[in-house]
Amino acid sequence: MSGPNTAFDPKQVAELGAAAVANMVTSALAAVAAATDLGLLKDVRLAHAGDRSPLALANRDIGALPPAAKAEVGKRVGAARATVKAAIDARQVELERARDEFALAEEFIDVTLPAGRNPLGARHPLTTVMERICDVFIAMGYDIAEGPEAEAEWVNFDALNVPPDHPARTMQDTFYVTSPESGVVLRTQTSPIQIRAMLERSLPIYVVAPGRVYRTDALDATHTPVFHQVEGLAVDEGLTMGDLRGTLDHFAQEMFGPGIVTRLRPSYFPFTEPSAELDVQCFVCRGASIDNPNAPCRTCVSEGWIEWGGCGMVNPRVLQSVGIDASKYRGFAFGMGIERTLMFRNGVTDMRDMVEGDVRFSLAFGLES
Amino acid sequence: MRAPVSWLRELVDIPAGQSSRDIAARLIRAGLEVETLETIGGGVAGALYVGKVLQIDELTEFKKPIRWCQVDVGVAGGGVRGIICGAQNFVVGDIVVVALPGTVLPGGFKISSRETYGHTSAGMICSERELALSEEHDGIMVLPAGTPGAEAGPMIGLGEEVLDIAVTPDRGYALSLRGIARELAISYGVPFLDPGLKVAELAAPGANAVPAQCGSEDFAACALFTLRTIVGFDPKAPAPQWMKQRLTAAGMRPVSLAVDVTNYVMLELGQPLHAFDLDKLTGEVRAGWAKPGSTFETLDHVTRKLGPEDLVILDDAGIIGLAGTMGGLDSEIDADTTNIAIEAAHFAANVVARMSRRHKLSSEASRRFERGVDRTLAPYASALAAALLIEYGGGQYVGMTAVEAPYEPGVIKMAAVEPGAVAGLPIADDTVITLLEAVGCEVLSSGGQLAVTPPPWRTDLTDSADLVEEVVRLVGYDLLPATLPIAAAGHGLSKAQRLRRRIGMVLAARGSVEVLSYPFVGESELADLQLPEGDIRRSKVRLANPLSDEQPFLRASLLPGLLATVRRNAGRGLSGLSIFELGSVFQGECVGTAPRPSVLMRPSAEEWLALTGLLPSQPVHLGVILAGEREAAGWWGPAQDHGFQDAIQLVQVIADTVGALITIEQLSDPVFHPGRCAAIKCLGGSIGVVGELHPRVIQAWSLPGRSSALELDLDAIIAAAPDLRSAPEVSVHPVAKEDLAVVVADAVTVAAVTQALRAGAGDLLESIRLFDIYRGPQVPAGHCSMAFALRFRAPDRTLAADETAIARQGAIDRAAAECGAVIRGT
Ligand SMILES: [Zn+2]
Repeated sequence: MSGPNTAFDPKQVAELGAAAVANMVTSALAAVAAATDLGLLKDVRLAHAGDRSPLALANRDIGALPPAAKAEVGKRVGAARATVKAAIDARQVELERARDEFALAEEFIDVTLPAGRNPLGARHPLTTVMERICDVFIAMGYDIAEGPEAEAEWVNFDALNVPPDHPARTMQDTFYVTSPESGVVLRTQTSPIQIRAMLERSLPIYVVAPGRVYRTDALDATHTPVFHQVEGLAVDEGLTMGDLRGTLDHFAQEMFGPGIVTRLRPSYFPFTEPSAELDVQCFVCRGASIDNPNAPCRTCVSEGWIEWGGCGMVNPRVLQSVGIDASKYRGFAFGMGIERTLMFRNGVTDMRDMVEGDVRFSLAFGLES
Repeated sequence: MRAPVSWLRELVDIPAGQSSRDIAARLIRAGLEVETLETIGGGVAGALYVGKVLQIDELTEFKKPIRWCQVDVGVAGGGVRGIICGAQNFVVGDIVVVALPGTVLPGGFKISSRETYGHTSAGMICSERELALSEEHDGIMVLPAGTPGAEAGPMIGLGEEVLDIAVTPDRGYALSLRGIARELAISYGVPFLDPGLKVAELAAPGANAVPAQCGSEDFAACALFTLRTIVGFDPKAPAPQWMKQRLTAAGMRPVSLAVDVTNYVMLELGQPLHAFDLDKLTGEVRAGWAKPGSTFETLDHVTRKLGPEDLVILDDAGIIGLAGTMGGLDSEIDADTTNIAIEAAHFAANVVARMSRRHKLSSEASRRFERGVDRTLAPYASALAAALLIEYGGGQYVGMTAVEAPYEPGVIKMAAVEPGAVAGLPIADDTVITLLEAVGCEVLSSGGQLAVTPPPWRTDLTDSADLVEEVVRLVGYDLLPATLPIAAAGHGLSKAQRLRRRIGMVLAARGSVEVLSYPFVGESELADLQLPEGDIRRSKVRLANPLSDEQPFLRASLLPGLLATVRRNAGRGLSGLSIFELGSVFQGECVGTAPRPSVLMRPSAEEWLALTGLLPSQPVHLGVILAGEREAAGWWGPAQDHGFQDAIQLVQVIADTVGALITIEQLSDPVFHPGRCAAIKCLGGSIGVVGELHPRVIQAWSLPGRSSALELDLDAIIAAAPDLRSAPEVSVHPVAKEDLAVVVADAVTVAAVTQALRAGAGDLLESIRLFDIYRGPQVPAGHCSMAFALRFRAPDRTLAADETAIARQGAIDRAAAECGAVIRGT
């Protein structure tokens, strides 16, 4: 080891001259470039930047130089060592990245492998349509009303102004519970929920009531003894048939798209007066198929309108049967079939698909309809 | 109601240029639902000619009699043509309808010249059915007169357009051409000459004429009864061709002049009539109530048992008709009837409706009476019928007898502004009055108040609301504004509604598919579930009129419907089924008779309780079936089947979804595997069952082996859900983990050990998890080892080692005391 007071040796100084140091750097950089993996680079680091590397030895010899030469040579060797270290570090990063990329490339998986181990199930589209309808009316401030499926005949008929023996009763062929005289039926419509809402809630009333209803029809492509309806009821001061129409227009637009309008045709229901059939403009052709044999429309059979439900102003007799002052309050009500809605809205062609519970049918809808 | 358009045009002056489609649109706008617009003979393309049969050769060598006819179809039809015909109902000289080669008949049947039965048949002699005029096919059509070669179409009503109108129960008046024509007159704003007020001219009866006598025993049920007598009528006289055509177009089959005339008048005016053979009557003809135990054979050859609720037509010998519903065989006019009595009466709508319903007998007459017939129309209608009978059948008018209660129509009061207020559209007082008068009302107006007397044909107009509807519909619903009311502030979904939606979403997200099955069940399905007598799932609510006698009950459990749905899906080749249903079940019984409170006021609390108290209990249940594969075989490995644990897992997920605390307890239930069934308990009560289905149930329903099911009372679990959930304290201090294993007897449940450990460990215990269970040589026989991972953590500090040790020992001691657990291995 050299001490600071060693005598000046010109040869020694020459060995630490510029050319010699440059040679050391050149040979180090060549070795770095030649290191093709991390193991080789480790050897290079030892050989050219390690304690016994030429540059490390040169650095050690600086102490033996005369003070006049020390600064210059020290600067030169320091720069050389920094250059070599930087080159080794850069190569290290490069080789590590290459190693990692190779390893990741080895872990290749075909991303198109099916991921169907635990697929999503489904809600029934009738349920999701009903929920959709409820949401439209909740946004307008309505509540959702409910009632029992086995219902008192008085609630299902009498209170709705369908007296015994009235021909309107035969419009809806009724399942009777226990006996035809029991006074208990399977509700033929969701309208009895109107009666319950008016008896149980305080005025004003704004409700929609989805639910299951029953009629004695055998199951075929267009009929089912068990089906679903949604009923709407508003009772307030000063309600008008214009309000009914505006509400239905908004409802239709939410269900079938902006700009869709409704059409009311005079009709008869015992519980409303005036009464109307409710048609909705065809959301597929918007009427363009009428008298246009070149562009027929399957959804509306080229009529431009689709029969959707019934509606009207609540018959004052119905208000009377639940004790609401008809001179102060007026109401409107509407109702439509959910199966029918799903049929024309979503293109269901056979009623049986909606009742048989074939999972393929519901799975096609998923969580929405 | 089928309304021929030419008939309507005769009754009301419809503006020229208005097509039948335009007319239909007008009627729809007024509230008469035109279902179809049909053209009679619309399927005929090409000409039909009048032909005269000149010669008939009977061909007898074939299996059935065949005629080789020479028919003169005039110059236009190519002279005399030979035509083969199979019908036998015509003679030489008859005028017939001939379709020549090239003409296409309904159904696309093209007539051509063809070799048949040894001759060349150059055309066809047509029957009504071949022209789609009616179902009549007992021979070809024979016309009363005609010139050979003339166009036959117009003579047989071809080209007539017919509107088919579905008449709602309130519009009885629209079951007549008269009523429909009035709507058209209002719609077009043209004057209406009411045919119901026209008095048909009849020759004055002779001085000594004695018409048949009539009466009414109950004016409340029969307010008006008239009887007109005609004698010396020619029973062979046919109805005129135009009348037959109109009847046919309106959907009625021509029978004989007398029957045709009564039907024709009913169609035109809306008054049902009945013609009796006068010679078959004895004494006075009257309406009265049937005696208990009496019987009567109606025209349809059905013998009916009658009672004091049946209004009948009687003569001195007994019952001769069901009032307003159907006549009887004994007094019917026949081919030899020459003396006729025509009944025209008014029967109360509810009386006829009740009889029609009780006897399941709906006739043209009953349909009209139960919807309401013009109270004053009877004498006008029977006069028209008598005049037509005499005009076309000869005979002599003997006179009319009648009994009638006073007619006092009610007066309805209404503010003139009311229709506009209801519509949300101002309607001038004058408009209101004009429209009410147009429908036939008499209106007295005073200071904005109207006193309205409805016409006798509008029995549906009883309240001011009815008048409002008349005005608004005639103004036009299309003119209503579209306004949006401001609803009161709402509440959004209720807790139950919200949680039901969430449960549905969670189950679907876990791969289950929602189904909506019919709630009808039968004895055999309940037996296939092995349900014993007295089981709550054994339905007691029965339908009086089920669609199928095999399934007369309403479900008390969702399982039968769900199992049938699984079976259907499996039968369609679908394996790996997880299906669920949210729906009402019907439990308890439904016996007794619900009261029928007055509808004139709100039912009292007692009445409401009596009404609804009779209903069966109808809780909403959730049912789930897991059958077959849970996970299909795939590149990841073999298929995994659903197991009992998956069902238990779902129960916990549902409980967590609603936030209810439940416990699972071993249960013995006939539907389920005896060792793999659990009760779902909540707030101390049982709210459901979960388990692997019993192998015999699986076999009975043809289900995949080891299918599992759960059913729980959703109302109950939702009731146990908290309204508000409190935030936890999330400690950021280090966790201390302790594992321990205890040996217990096999009879001790994991739940019991877990609960004891949890209780003994105290508040520092953050979680406890069973991670292994072992049976084998290392533990005594009849015992098992349960290994638990316990995590301890304090909310406010790092736990000291001795704190954890104390808590751990507490857990062990508690398990030892409560479960006989012995700590293992330490
Ligand atoms: Zn369309």
